[in-house]
Amino acid sequence: MTDYSKFSALELGGMIKKGEATSPEICEYFLNRKDVFNSFISKNGGAVSQAEIIQKRIEKGELTSPLAGVPVAVKDNICTDGINTTCASKMLESFVPPYDATAVKRLKEAGLIILGKTNMDEFAMGSTGETSYYGETLNPFDINRASGGSSGGSAAAVAGGLAPFALGSDTGGSVRMPAAYCGITGLKPTYGAVSRYGLIAYASSFDTIGTLCKNAEDTAALFNIISGKDEKDSTSLKCSKFEIDKNCSLKDKKIGVLPETDINAVCVFSELGAVCEKVDFKLLKYAVPAYYIIACAQASSNLARYDGVRYGHRSKNASSLGELFVNSRTEGFGSEVKKRIMLGNFVLSEGYYDEYYLKALKVKNLLFEEISGLLEKYDFILSPVTVGTAPKLGESLENPLKMYNSDIYNVLANLTGFPAVAVNTGKDENGLPKGVQLIGKALGEKELTEAAYVFERENKNGI
Amino acid sequence: MFLHLEQLARLNLSESERRKILPETEELIEYFNTLSELDTDGTEPLSHTFGLSNVMRSDEVLPSLPAEKITQNAETENGMFTVPISVKNSETEAEDD
Repeated sequence: MTDYSKFSALELGGMIKKGEATSPEICEYFLNRKDVFNSFISKNGGAVSQAEIIQKRIEKGELTSPLAGVPVAVKDNICTDGINTTCASKMLESFVPPYDATAVKRLKEAGLIILGKTNMDEFAMGSTGETSYYGETLNPFDINRASGGSSGGSAAAVAGGLAPFALGSDTGGSVRMPAAYCGITGLKPTYGAVSRYGLIAYASSFDTIGTLCKNAEDTAALFNIISGKDEKDSTSLKCSKFEIDKNCSLKDKKIGVLPETDINAVCVFSELGAVCEKVDFKLLKYAVPAYYIIACAQASSNLARYDGVRYGHRSKNASSLGELFVNSRTEGFGSEVKKRIMLGNFVLSEGYYDEYYLKALKVKNLLFEEISGLLEKYDFILSPVTVGTAPKLGESLENPLKMYNSDIYNVLANLTGFPAVAVNTGKDENGLPKGVQLIGKALGEKELTEAAYVFERENKNGI
Repeated sequence: MFLHLEQLARLNLSESERRKILPETEELIEYFNTLSELDTDGTEPLSHTFGLSNVMRSDEVLPSLPAEKITQNAETENGMFTVPISVKNSETEAEDD
């Protein structure tokens, strides 16, 4: 039996086109892979029969996408019509969406097959993959360590050979952090580049569907399928389709380097011809508090919809409408979600709104001005994804503030809307993957994925 | 204050949850206070970073999801969502919310 986990998504698509493999064979292979990392919440039992239909359409020439026939894992906060979508929460344990997210619809139209729904931090609130109602996701490089979050299941599935690639979502680093911890490529697109219709909301001004892939080429190919304006999402933007220019170069590209960036990665970029300059970012320490104030505020509003009436967990212990709301929510949500909802209510409440929420929006403006200024001077900003590698399981939950602070470099891209890609740079002395991120200009996904492509090709210490 | 936040959030935490979450919440609020170090006088609050505003569509009726699909995840009666009685009248013993 062919080990299809060794191939990238584009390689698998190529094999299908050439008749060297079939979509049903590949889907069956991945469906049968043992999930030793707890990376999936559910698998799509209809995947093989759907693949048979897709295979016939490919053979007739009806599906021409280079990824047609390839199975893809989808984070379990992205709606899939008829397939349970839980957000890794008891609140949505039995929820079956009545529609596909636009990103999923576009995958299906291109001929991809949904392999299953991946594990995550509950309602995308977490950085380590440990707050899921379905248990923590394990890191394929060390199962005593966290996969990262909140798209931990997607990252572990791709890194662990259980899926060729996956969709995730990134509100405060939730694609890039697990990508770095698991040694793969994670793209957070420009805010608006991928429709949020069908992405179950956490913080609406930050939420972005992103990609978790083995390399930059797969990243670009997957992004091209899911991106573009959608009438169902009024914040979505027009995007041009592109192909990575394999002759692209980083020669004379200007890169602003933030503090604590891995010096080896800086050296690789310099050897590739880029001009790297250290940048002093004065407002860096204010990014995390500004992010969490805004994110928690928006989460408290978005999660107000969970009242046990139209969908979601409904308490059996309620004799009044008020009790139905309170008990359904209390029983349905985990403690991290409850904490963030209450913090959000606090920063929006009378007497505190100006001091916290409005203040945070002003700080967001200052951060946007600073990052925009840097991106006028530089082609990219280079920074750590996070300081350190995957923590041991349980370690982060003991110190929430430290966990929140680990997002210090990630949240810059979410606060400002610019795209960012995490690329693997090698392993640390414990054999754990480490990564760096590049932040690019708005709608600059072509340049960003090309930079990642060149770096990955040249990085001698890559996985 | 904490109990007020629970009420706003429509939550009723257990004592053990309160013992865990209350100190974490206090620590985080203290951390949020670092923003007061920044002078933001004259700075406008920024909601959307890429300048979109008033994105409209033409006012025409378009197909939506069928009601059976929308209600498939709920307890319903005659196509309507059901809730505990919440309005008192002379014929019911409903409790006020």
